Amino acid sequence: MPTLYIDDKPHTVGDGLNLLEACLSLGFNVPYFCWHPALGSVGACRQCAVKSFQNEQDKRGRIVMACMTAASEGTRISLDDPEVKSFRAGVIEWLMTSHPHDCPVCDEGGECHLQDMTVMCGHNYRDYRFPKRTHRNQNLGPFINHEMNRCIQCYRCVRYYRDYAGGRDFDAQGSNSRVYFGRHQDGALESEFSGNLVEVCPTGVFTDKTQKSHYTRRWDLQTAPSICVHCGAGCNITPGERYGTLRRIRNRYNGEVNGYFLCDRGRYGYEFVNGGHRARVAMRRAEPGSLVPTAKPLALPRIGSLLAGGARCIGIGSPRASLESNYALRKLVGAENFFAGVTAAHQSLTELTVHLLERGPAQTPSMREMAQADAVLVLGEDLTNTAPRIALALRQSVLNAPMKAAASMGIPDWNDGALRVVLQDQKGPFFIAAPDATRLDDIATETFRAAPDDIARLGFSVAHLLDPKAPEVPGLDENTRQLADRIAKTLAAAERPLVVSGPSLGSASVLSAAAAVANALSTETRRAGLSLTAPECNTLGAGLLGGGTLEEAERALSEGGAELVIILENDLYRRADHVFVDKLLGAAKQVILIDHTLNRTASHADYFLPAATFAEGDGTLVNSEGRGQRCIQVFMPTGDVQESWRWLRDLGAAAGKWPQTEWENIDVIVADIAAAFPMLKGVRDAAPLASFRIAGFKIPRQSHRYSGRTAMRAKMDVSEPGIPTDPDSPLTFSMEGFAGPAPASLASFFWAPGWNSVQSINKFQEEIGGALMGGDPGVRLIAPELEPGRAEYPGAIPEAFAPRPGKWMVVPMYHIHGSDEMSMLSAAVAERAPAPHIALSPEDAQLLGLGEGEMAELNIDGEILVLQVAVHAALPKGVAGLPAGLPGMEPVEIPAWGAVARRVGS
Amino acid sequence: MAEFNQQSDPDKRPLTAKVQPDGRPLSLKDCEKAGGYRAVRAMLGGMSPGDVTQRVKDSGLRGRGGAGFPTGSKWSFVPMGDNAPRPKYLVVNADEMEPGTFKDRLLLESDPHQLVEGVIIAAYAIQADIAYIFLRGEYVLAEERLKTALAELRAAGLVGKNILGSGCSLEVHLHTSAGRYICGEETALINALEGRRANPRSKPPFPQVCGLRGKPTIVNNVETLCNLPHILNNGADWFKGLSLTPNGGTKIYGASGKVRRPGLWELPMGTPAREILEEYAGGMRDGMKLRAIIPGGASTDFLLESQLDVPMDFDTVAQAGSRMGTGTMIVLDDQTCPVGMVHNLMRFFAHESCGWCTPCREGLPWVEKILAAMERGEGQPGDLEQLARHVTALGMGLTYCALAPGAMEPLGSGLKLFRDDFERHIRDKRCPWS
Repeated sequence: MPTLYIDDKPHTVGDGLNLLEACLSLGFNVPYFCWHPALGSVGACRQCAVKSFQNEQDKRGRIVMACMTAASEGTRISLDDPEVKSFRAGVIEWLMTSHPHDCPVCDEGGECHLQDMTVMCGHNYRDYRFPKRTHRNQNLGPFINHEMNRCIQCYRCVRYYRDYAGGRDFDAQGSNSRVYFGRHQDGALESEFSGNLVEVCPTGVFTDKTQKSHYTRRWDLQTAPSICVHCGAGCNITPGERYGTLRRIRNRYNGEVNGYFLCDRGRYGYEFVNGGHRARVAMRRAEPGSLVPTAKPLALPRIGSLLAGGARCIGIGSPRASLESNYALRKLVGAENFFAGVTAAHQSLTELTVHLLERGPAQTPSMREMAQADAVLVLGEDLTNTAPRIALALRQSVLNAPMKAAASMGIPDWNDGALRVVLQDQKGPFFIAAPDATRLDDIATETFRAAPDDIARLGFSVAHLLDPKAPEVPGLDENTRQLADRIAKTLAAAERPLVVSGPSLGSASVLSAAAAVANALSTETRRAGLSLTAPECNTLGAGLLGGGTLEEAERALSEGGAELVIILENDLYRRADHVFVDKLLGAAKQVILIDHTLNRTASHADYFLPAATFAEGDGTLVNSEGRGQRCIQVFMPTGDVQESWRWLRDLGAAAGKWPQTEWENIDVIVADIAAAFPMLKGVRDAAPLASFRIAGFKIPRQSHRYSGRTAMRAKMDVSEPGIPTDPDSPLTFSMEGFAGPAPASLASFFWAPGWNSVQSINKFQEEIGGALMGGDPGVRLIAPELEPGRAEYPGAIPEAFAPRPGKWMVVPMYHIHGSDEMSMLSAAVAERAPAPHIALSPEDAQLLGLGEGEMAELNIDGEILVLQVAVHAALPKGVAGLPAGLPGMEPVEIPAWGAVARRVGS
Repeated sequence: MAEFNQQSDPDKRPLTAKVQPDGRPLSLKDCEKAGGYRAVRAMLGGMSPGDVTQRVKDSGLRGRGGAGFPTGSKWSFVPMGDNAPRPKYLVVNADEMEPGTFKDRLLLESDPHQLVEGVIIAAYAIQADIAYIFLRGEYVLAEERLKTALAELRAAGLVGKNILGSGCSLEVHLHTSAGRYICGEETALINALEGRRANPRSKPPFPQVCGLRGKPTIVNNVETLCNLPHILNNGADWFKGLSLTPNGGTKIYGASGKVRRPGLWELPMGTPAREILEEYAGGMRDGMKLRAIIPGGASTDFLLESQLDVPMDFDTVAQAGSRMGTGTMIVLDDQTCPVGMVHNLMRFFAHESCGWCTPCREGLPWVEKILAAMERGEGQPGDLEQLARHVTALGMGLTYCALAPGAMEPLGSGLKLFRDDFERHIRDKRCPWS
């Protein structure tokens, strides 16, 4: 803990920081551009200049760059020295020589780091009188707007896009004052993480293109802390609303989870909240397939009397609904009548995931911990497409092993420029076993392409090599055995090895094999991590609540005498083929659907009750790490929209099951959940109680600059309505309230005087890039039961994959843009999704006489899909890939054997 | 060879001893007859790498690229021994792009074997496995001649595997630059060689430890390397004795501008500038007077006529307030606008900025535009203060590398020495020379 003297006053700072990090951590305002806490220092912009003195006697000093200078014991610097202040103002003046000063029409205006730094440095009059250089802008696709004239050449974009996120289709081009940041030609950015450019860019070069169609200044947005609902990683987000529509999603820093970055699905998938597929009033079926609005006070007693009528009612929950909503449904229908909303195949994988995480001894890591791994084995997942943010975290892990060598040369980990010189293309160990090429292959030490069973066999054999108590894999071929040996030796030698897997191949063997490897590494300590992805935002939460399968639900309706079914936030037609779902729904006398979006299931509903989306209600989600995190309502929805758990509360009351006062707010239902499910009791701490106040104040959702409060509704009514009440959180739908920092899980926005951009997060971290003050939000719900060395090795070792003549093992293939239900309702995301297709190896395509783009017929158990052929060079022979979850593709249970043939007549 | 016509004198002028009157290089055979590769043969016959480094240290040889860093000391930072990272690299900085500087071109075109012999010696001293000659792209004649020389050497077993049966191997590759001034900065050169943007690198790590592809790398200038065979052949004391001052050896000096005979001359290190200009360059053209010189390429301070008696070596010119740099003088006469001359230089530097750091990328174009405005008669009050502010703010340590501070040397000294001329441009709203 070195002591620094800043303008002659002593300050103690953390070890291993540079002066810029140290000063910002201490709360000083030091301007900067090229430095970014996740990207490190390169010394390009020269904005963070400070005066450095050799000792107390040195009065002259010399100017150094804070970001390039270690904060070592006894360092003496001045931030206020007139010479250095003048230099910093001069740097801004240089940057401004070609900046267009178009703030009033710039989307970044009001949350622009360049604006903030300009004000901070005191530069207010420009002497430059010559023409500004101008650039041509590019069309970078549906996500990012490009306006190069605003560029100040800080190089952050290219360092983020290429060095951090591994993108290759974007670069710095040209030289001198005409340096240009873009693609070689117009076209959509290929990186799955391109949206972060919006936040990485300190000014308005890269802005959110989706926000443009309903633009609102940051200060006019109503915001609240929320959680992304587009996969199971649980990234923290800040959605922003105005006039009842969601305007954008911004990253919400959580040091343990997503840090500074989101994926593009998470950032751009939000439009379903505003979309035309929403229904905002209760509806009932008038004639088959047609829903008409009905008054809530009429609908509730009718459904209530159905429920009270004595007929058996079952509930079908959902992995995309909150813990509270699933629990409320389970409570309403009873545990024996509660079904988890997925098929047996998926439910068993979720149950296995929960079991493996609960048993251990390997521990599941946070994303921060994943990025710190020094050897990684990915088993069966194309992470960039199944848990994108985890893939971005893992991309950083390959720097850890070579970074040790850099440390031995005295290069600190923040000195990114020097590190890249030392590291060159060295990468730490990273093994990927997957059926097809993945978007992390470029960092892989070795890749292994195989069918799911062979991937599992590789995993089991690694486990056996690490711990002889793990079962041996019979009949392993020599190449796989040698690869297993290399992987085992590498993982054994690592300090923080990590195994990542998940259910996306639909293989319990792959999951068990991954756990076996991680557990075999945990014979002495819990050094190994085991991360298992979760397909949906609350897969793990729903999994912890348990429940029957969809097949069982169907039997309950067709054979078990159940007459009513309440379906919670679930389009069953995405879960199983239409024959099965038709049968299930047809067997019910009454179908009650609670959802926010009108989907195919809704067309079979007798009653449709409009649910709140994540932005319109409160709820808790459990991510793949087992972290319970709270979504807080961003804005008050219109019509009858309310949280599903409130609809279920109302239905229970209407049926006379409980009083109308049941679950008066989220804290009450959370307490119920904690009492009913002891392992979930931690969710009580996911956010402070609704009664929480700071100095008697609630926490505002609107900034103190929120404009037009009295004018917004004036065209409808000149009298200003009262502030809506929020029974569920200490937040208020107002600009009034406590003006200081709120606890991290309640911070509706991060703002500090002089810091209007996303960089304001500096003021809310315990140390720059570290935990949020008071701790990062979320509660880890799962801790492994088994002690190190007590590993169990469940799961049967499958037979080696054997191709069958005329048949293909069809495995699911996930797409970041395409596989997720809700984000595909956003036009921008849908534009980036692939068309339905079947992926074949070149050898198989040739065998079938099929070329790229030709039409093929896939027959799985009599289910016939007509698909375009896509030839994938990396696929092994005998394995075919089918996109998962694409709209317009009938869901089929895969992996399964299927027959592929040229489409007759094509 | 208009620019070089000294007589061959191996004792006094070793670097140009093998330069033929027609400027064509000797074949390998003729070169060896004239003493070429004698040093390499002797070295491989009985000197250790440490011996070579020590001899070069003893000779006091300093880098001829402009900075004057002692060559032997630079080599001694390279990790040696069995545990040293491999491969190690020797890189020849033949990216001669300093305005007014054309000395390496003479050596490259007229005696490529001398350079390669120096390469083999330096590579042996640091035990490099691979050498690159990073050649300025426009030097097409040098490229052709180096290619021929390297082909001869490969055929003769003087480069490649197991040189002359010594067990030592050295691959020598010729790389022609895509052409940026910044590639003369050794770490930007290394980046360019790796196929990256030619931006200077963060230091530390220094290239001697972590350079090309992260491996130990020495980057030496052409003229520096050309001295090595002679130091090995004749010894450190002989080398020191060539010089008039403690900075040993000879130096290839040059002069450009309105002198009678612009050109290059190999002379004892420390030859006074006046002697070079008057005796060798023949003085000023008729009717012209010398006002000042820029002693060593564009990025050095002006010296006035009254300072011309300064011996041209690294230490003495520095004492006079400038730098010897490359030792190739640009002469300013009394009929040329000093503002125009500085503007011309600033246009070059602004264009050649790599664009990495703000002061250089944004400051140099601003300076250039002010000077252009002054030349057009559009200078304004305050412009000189703005220029002076840039001279300070683009100083060493404030920018990422030495390009902008180097550019400020002629501007800063020009502003001081030719203040009246700058002020007249603004006052009269025109260039007095136009």
